Amino acid sequence: MKPSPLAQHSTDEAAQPRMVRLIEAERARLTFSLDGAPATAREGDTILTAVLTARRYLAESAGGEDTRAGFCLMGACQECWVAVDGTRARACSTLVTAGMSVATGGHFTVG
Amino acid sequence: MADPAIAIVGAGPAGIRAAEALSRHGLSAILVDEAPKGGGQIYRQPPDSFQGPASSRYGFEARKASALHLTIKRLATAIDYRPSTLAWNVCNGRLDTLCAGRGESVVFDILVIATGAMDRMLPLPGWTLPGVYALGGAQIALKYQGCAIGQNTVFLGTGPLLYLVAYQYAKAGAKIEAVLDVNPAHAKRRALFALASSPRTLAKGIYYRASLGTHGIAVEEGVTPMGIAGTDEVRDVHYRRGSVDKSVRCDAVGLGFGLKSETQDGESTVSGVYLAGDGAGIGGADAAELWGERVGLSIAARCGRRHDASRIAKIDRRLARLARFRAGLERAFPLPLLGSTLPDDTILCRCESIRVGQVKDAIRAFDVVEMNRMKAISRVGMGRCQGRMCGHAAAELLAAETRQDLAAVGRLRGQPPIKPLPMPWPGTP
Amino acid sequence: MTGHAVTERLRVDVAIVGGGIAGCSAALHLRRRGLSVCLMEKGALGSQASGVNFGGVRQQGRHFAELPLARRSREVWGRLPELIGTDCEFVPSGHLKLARNEEDLAALERYAADAAEFGLELEMMGRKRVHDEHRWLGENVIGGSLAADDGHANPRLLTPAFGRAARAVGADLREFTPVVETERDGARFRVRCATGLEVSATSLVNTAGAWGGEIAAAFDEPVPIETIAPNMLVTEPLPSFITRAVGVCGGDVYLRQVARGNVVFGGGDGWADSSLERSRPSSETSARAIERALGLVPALQSALVIRSWSGIEGGMPDDIPVIGFSSTTPNLIHAFGFSGHGFQLGPVIGIIIDELVGTGASTSPLGAFDIGRFHGAADLRHVSAANPEQEGAKR
Ligand SMILES: Cc1cc2nc3c(=O)[nH]c(=O)nc-3n(C[C@H](O)[C@H](O)[C@H](O)COP(=O)(O)OP(=O)(O)OC[C@H]3O[C@@H](n4cnc5c(N)ncnc54)[C@H](O)[C@@H]3O)c2cc1C
Ligand SMILES: Cc1cc2nc3c(=O)[nH]c(=O)nc-3n(C[C@H](O)[C@H](O)[C@H](O)COP(=O)(O)OP(=O)(O)OC[C@H]3O[C@@H](n4cnc5c(N)ncnc54)[C@H](O)[C@@H]3O)c2cc1C
Ligand code: FES
Repeated sequence: MKPSPLAQHSTDEAAQPRMVRLIEAERARLTFSLDGAPATAREGDTILTAVLTARRYLAESAGGEDTRAGFCLMGACQECWVAVDGTRARACSTLVTAGMSVATGGHFTVG
Repeated sequence: MADPAIAIVGAGPAGIRAAEALSRHGLSAILVDEAPKGGGQIYRQPPDSFQGPASSRYGFEARKASALHLTIKRLATAIDYRPSTLAWNVCNGRLDTLCAGRGESVVFDILVIATGAMDRMLPLPGWTLPGVYALGGAQIALKYQGCAIGQNTVFLGTGPLLYLVAYQYAKAGAKIEAVLDVNPAHAKRRALFALASSPRTLAKGIYYRASLGTHGIAVEEGVTPMGIAGTDEVRDVHYRRGSVDKSVRCDAVGLGFGLKSETQDGESTVSGVYLAGDGAGIGGADAAELWGERVGLSIAARCGRRHDASRIAKIDRRLARLARFRAGLERAFPLPLLGSTLPDDTILCRCESIRVGQVKDAIRAFDVVEMNRMKAISRVGMGRCQGRMCGHAAAELLAAETRQDLAAVGRLRGQPPIKPLPMPWPGTP
Repeated sequence: MTGHAVTERLRVDVAIVGGGIAGCSAALHLRRRGLSVCLMEKGALGSQASGVNFGGVRQQGRHFAELPLARRSREVWGRLPELIGTDCEFVPSGHLKLARNEEDLAALERYAADAAEFGLELEMMGRKRVHDEHRWLGENVIGGSLAADDGHANPRLLTPAFGRAARAVGADLREFTPVVETERDGARFRVRCATGLEVSATSLVNTAGAWGGEIAAAFDEPVPIETIAPNMLVTEPLPSFITRAVGVCGGDVYLRQVARGNVVFGGGDGWADSSLERSRPSSETSARAIERALGLVPALQSALVIRSWSGIEGGMPDDIPVIGFSSTTPNLIHAFGFSGHGFQLGPVIGIIIDELVGTGASTSPLGAFDIGRFHGAADLRHVSAANPEQEGAKR
């Protein structure tokens, strides 16, 4: 198996997140699970916002060639699909909820 | 005769006004929209936890936004309004919808498609790097989520939205490194006369442009974008101005070249199917409201309701004026021809990661002259987005490679589901 | 009277109506024999059934009348690169036909015994072995049979590649050229097109697919052909794990995974109207096919389906095509109505047509495909088993 392109970014996790909260940043907090680790979001965040205010990337491209961080934010480009609680959702069009479990890579365990 | 079953897809300005006009004439409709709240793109409502006033979000448009939001709220009890509902297939008088994992087929006699617009995209080297966003997406991040797309942003492309979004970012306190417009200033000056047909809108545009200067933001017009560089995310934007190569460091790019209809074909020839708003042709939000109402009135008349001739005439006059303004915008911000000049290793199709050179090879190897054949051979447009992002550029490339008119190469055919659906599908256990 | 002014006249040895896989492979081989060839296709080459099918390259499960042809075609599949310059992504992955109940397993065993007589080796697998070797299969599978040298290929490439090869040796392939009239003109054929082209030919080949019946009818031999529309779906790219082309007894679902990772699958019928040249998938059929695919391969749970589609295929009442000389008209050759499984056969059909034109006979047994079998039966109503992975007649 080729290494996931996501892996090469893991060292950057300490760097600043991608998105910057500018307006009404101080909304109620909630916790969810991001790729197995606890993470914090604000109420009203989309999954995309929640992930990208925690790190700089969202998920692999459809064919796994590289990483992407969403593109259109309006449900058109389909680059932001993630696994959520056993099914799939577009991160830009789905609000994060408390306790939600979000997985951004390797949704399919087969073999 | 019983009233026909009417379905409307899209609860933006066009869809809401269509539903309202119908309701005024005693006709009910099913109104579906994928979004959890009505308003469409421009008047998109943020999640409940955002409490700030409409003026902070919609600026000059706050009054119109609030009026529209009030209308949909009122309508919600009078009609069958279904938010958070995706329409994923339409065929034979039936609309397949999906809401919270539940499928339902809506049977209609009359369908209004008011699905709005999205950014008109042109690929650039590096446009798949994390940190590059569609311009409209950059605006959604701010309006809907209160976020900027990065720490240091460059806005690149053309069109009025370029200046508007930059202005909104600046006003919200985001750091903008540059606004780069591929169209020169003189194109805008030449279009001034037509633009003056909507003086208020023109004045707003001039205001946005001017206030960027006040915020000390560099605006460069007439640039040629060379590409976005970075290894695994955006690091800088390269462009050329005159004969000078320049670059600007940033970690995010808002990229957009105007808007295009979300519907695959700009017009409907199927009887009983109406298009309204930006989904039918880019006219802007005011035109979308008028257009929606106009369609609602036409349908009402068709159903034997009173024919409101004077209102229709008034709408048509205003739509004609807005069309002149729109023509002016097209002249001020024409779409540059980039598709044919892209380096071969530029990714054209974001979903399938197909590069320009691969597409050129496929065109030559199989004498491709038409878009759907090009998709079949090269996989361009075959991915998850069904060519929404790359379709235009791919058509441009094919037209250039085969020396045909853009219109002659055709358009990608859409197929259900309109957007991907996870297995199992609704309707199955 | 056609109302079309003639703007161009051609005189050739062979005129071919229909540029699907049958027509394009015929054009290549006829031209290689040295005959002059003009092929007329109303759309683009391979834009109908040949370009939109599932891509199954399968001998297993075929009607025994088709097996000798399928065996021969499989040999051609193996040398596509020499023949047409590309392998069309043909993967000899093996085709696994699965049983979900004892009855089906018994049917597979019987079929395997009979197929051996045609030289097709099928390996029977019981529950343990089929699961051991294919860990991605669902619990409802109780066994299966494997055709090791079957596989799958990219239908979007096959016909254009044959067309390109035919052109390279000098065949005249006309796209967007609908044939509006075919008739006998003394000892020759006259073929008129909507574009103003008129072709005069010694031989006429009818490879018009679902529309083949129209041409047969023009020569007074109508056939009871129906339009069938297999319903197809495809997922987003997934990690590679489905190692074989897969079908089931009864044919209600079949799937394969392409190199990029997308899983292509089908089962059941969409909708098509050959007179309108339109086809579309059915939401209900899709939902059912998805359910069955999940039963067969549970790991597909929550994979995204990114597209569904259908196509227009000609189906015969006995589920095998018409191949051979006309019963009314000398030098007219039919090859149409492949009933949902002509993609695999395509490469050999051109060879057979070439043999018929060039030598008057084929080395392959064609008796079962004779058009004469329908004489007097053109208005026969029947139920067609419209399914690419379903074995033809189960007799
Ligand atoms: C991202 C973006 C930002 C914009 N920002 C501005 C701006 O700041 N100022 C300005 O003047 N103009 C802006 N525009 C243009 C403006 O949106 C339009 O002129 C106006 O909103 C058009 O109204 P509409 O009703 O035609 O479509 P929209 O307002 O786009 O409404 C379409 C609705 O249809 C829904 N929809 C689409 N497809 C489906 C489906 N398959 N199933 C269910 N629902 C569906 C969408 O969720 C949406 O709510 C923007 C456009 C975009 C795309
Ligand atoms: C969805 C689907 C899935 C399938 N799956 C498989 C599979 O997995 N394996 C398998 O072996 N087979 C499969 N098949 C069947 C296979 O695709 C067909 O049997 C095969 O492609 C038939 O080839 P053809 O050349 O006869 O027909 P076509 O490809 O239909 O070609 C006939 C051509 O004739 C043209 N034509 C007709 N009338 C005229 C006219 N008057 N003038 C000019 N041109 C004309 C048409 O435009 C058409 O292009 C499937 C079919 C479909 C539709
Ligand atoms: S970011 Fe484009 S669909 Fe979500």
